[in-house]
Amino acid sequence: MDELLIGTLMASTLRVSTPLILCALAGVLAERAGVIDLGLEGKMLLCAFAAGSTGAVTGSITLALAAALVVGVALSMLHGYGCVSHRGDQVVMGMAITMTAAGLTVVLGIAWFHTGGQTPPLPNAVRYSPWFGGAAAALSELPVIGKVLALALLGHNVLVYGALALVAGVWWLLFRTRFGLRLRACGENPAMVDAAGVSVVKLRFQALGLNGLLCGLAGSYLVMAQNASFTPHMTAGRGYMALAAMIFGKWHPVGALWACLLFGFLDAASIRLQGVVLPGIGAVPVQAIQALPYVLTVVLLAGFIGRAYAPRALGIPYVKER
Amino acid sequence: MSGASSNELPRWIDLVLLPAVNLTVALLVAGIVVLLVGQSPVQVLTLLIKGAFGSRIGVSYTFYYATTFVFTGLAVAVAFHGGLFNIGGEGQAMLGGLGAALAALALGEHLPSWAMLPIMIAAAALFGMAWAAVPAVLQAYRGSHIVITTIMFNFIASALLAYLLVDVLKAPGNMTVESRSFAPSAHMPGVHEVLAGWGIEWPRSPLNLSVLLAAACALGVYLMLWRSRPGYALRAVGHAPDAAHYAGIRPRAQIVMSMALSGALAGLVGINEVAGVHGRLLLEFVAGAGFAGIAVSLIGRNHPVGIVLAALLFGALYQGGAELAFEISGFSRDMVFTLQGLIVLFSGAMAQVAAPTLAHLWFALQRRRQRTVAADDQTPEAAGG
Repeated sequence: MDELLIGTLMASTLRVSTPLILCALAGVLAERAGVIDLGLEGKMLLCAFAAGSTGAVTGSITLALAAALVVGVALSMLHGYGCVSHRGDQVVMGMAITMTAAGLTVVLGIAWFHTGGQTPPLPNAVRYSPWFGGAAAALSELPVIGKVLALALLGHNVLVYGALALVAGVWWLLFRTRFGLRLRACGENPAMVDAAGVSVVKLRFQALGLNGLLCGLAGSYLVMAQNASFTPHMTAGRGYMALAAMIFGKWHPVGALWACLLFGFLDAASIRLQGVVLPGIGAVPVQAIQALPYVLTVVLLAGFIGRAYAPRALGIPYVKER
Repeated sequence: MSGASSNELPRWIDLVLLPAVNLTVALLVAGIVVLLVGQSPVQVLTLLIKGAFGSRIGVSYTFYYATTFVFTGLAVAVAFHGGLFNIGGEGQAMLGGLGAALAALALGEHLPSWAMLPIMIAAAALFGMAWAAVPAVLQAYRGSHIVITTIMFNFIASALLAYLLVDVLKAPGNMTVESRSFAPSAHMPGVHEVLAGWGIEWPRSPLNLSVLLAAACALGVYLMLWRSRPGYALRAVGHAPDAAHYAGIRPRAQIVMSMALSGALAGLVGINEVAGVHGRLLLEFVAGAGFAGIAVSLIGRNHPVGIVLAALLFGALYQGGAELAFEISGFSRDMVFTLQGLIVLFSGAMAQVAAPTLAHLWFALQRRRQRTVAADDQTPEAAGG
């Protein structure tokens, strides 16, 4: 009985964390290059809408995914055009993307599908299918931990594993390649990058392009795995939670992964802990658990537990010296 | 170019033309969206203006919405002049409503209106102030980024409000998540009630005396920022923190000061919504007004006069948008939120995108004028340079 509970709790933690991980990675890439991204929420929402509406109309998983990725990259390019090319305020840009996305998805959704902003449910062909179902059956045969592990780790859809692989991928890109070194330098000391003859603008656009792709994946996950259709405001603050996780993970892909898993676990556990009396603490209100990720991030940022340092040039538009 | 001054754009281009161009672009893009969803932009605009200003009740609603936006717009502007970006208006407004509600629930039965309302206003301002002061102190003394902290505080505020409403303040036996109704003394009089007292008939609307409070706040913010010593110190820190520090102003104290003031202004939203309209504490009474304040402040160029005008514009959009949703089937009020986002995009984040083009046009115009003048005078030395 207990192993069933632990297994499903781990599984739902993984599933809830996946869009957070993808979004937090998107944030890590942009912010490591020196561009604040408060638009994660809006990018993810508009990408989810693109995937949901394209999937519903065409019935093709490829087109739905492509639509999400294209919209994600387009929003990131807009972000770059305003903030990197024209040195606009990055915080305001993020707010603008999020506010516009929240309104636009509902307006277009109502006009195109006439169901109060919701898209029609996607057919199974347009949904990410579970992987390793067979392996799960085999693993369950193992004594003691077999069942827990099978429940927790196997039978998820491709993007859950993809997100975990992308953590490694982004880590490798940032810390083991020349591109990554330059990208990080862009966020710390862009003048140095420029002096070395590398274009700061180009690097920041490249970082934003990758950021858009990851937001597209996160958005597609919401409609093609977590839900079966797009519903208005379905991101429900996940973009901001991913932002918090990115900061909690100290702008590092692996740190962000752990933070996302922790926040995802709190999210998954808060539903189960409702009304449960914990020994010594009493009944914990579910809202307290829901607010915990944000409280933890504030406490970390204030330097009470460890210290999180933002990239030094974060939020400062680069102006070439003459 | 003949002189140094001709290399700069005239003030009116920067102050009037550029914002007008940006606003027009935002409206044009919104118009394209309206076309995309199969409606006529002209019809939508006419209905919107008619809904917002076409009747006395429409005007009342417009001013009611504008009241809330003046509070949140001023909140963003005060923080901005202090060099800070306060995204936490949403949470501070929630706490303001909570403060007003707690005061009303505790004292409403025992105090008359003339004592109750000032206490509620003070409580709303204090609660909003406290909620903004924590991120300010963390920024000033612990170095955490105010934008991130205020965003986090929005979520914490919303969780806190949900907890208090569900577990503490909810009236027993009530299914909906809201507090019990306040006593009559805790009700901010509606404008129609006041006018009726003077013998003027005015349709019933949510517009209440908070509108006067908002006007007073706009005036107060102007006097404080531009006509007082503390206001000068606040702006000095926002403009050049190091120079201000050198001049003997303590930047850290100023950060806390400007955020506290900002939070107090945002908290007053609670008076307009909770004390003026609902008469009880609800879960979603702020409804994005904190974020709308960012757009209002951007359009109003962070000046009280501009903010009042921008708040009226947004009030008209909200009211007109609500009417539109009734008039045209398949049209939702979210179009207004889209426009709001587009305005933040074009007038805020991309405000300077059109500047080089405008400068180019202006100087081309100048050169042509100089050439025509030169041709008329037949003096070749005036043409070159």
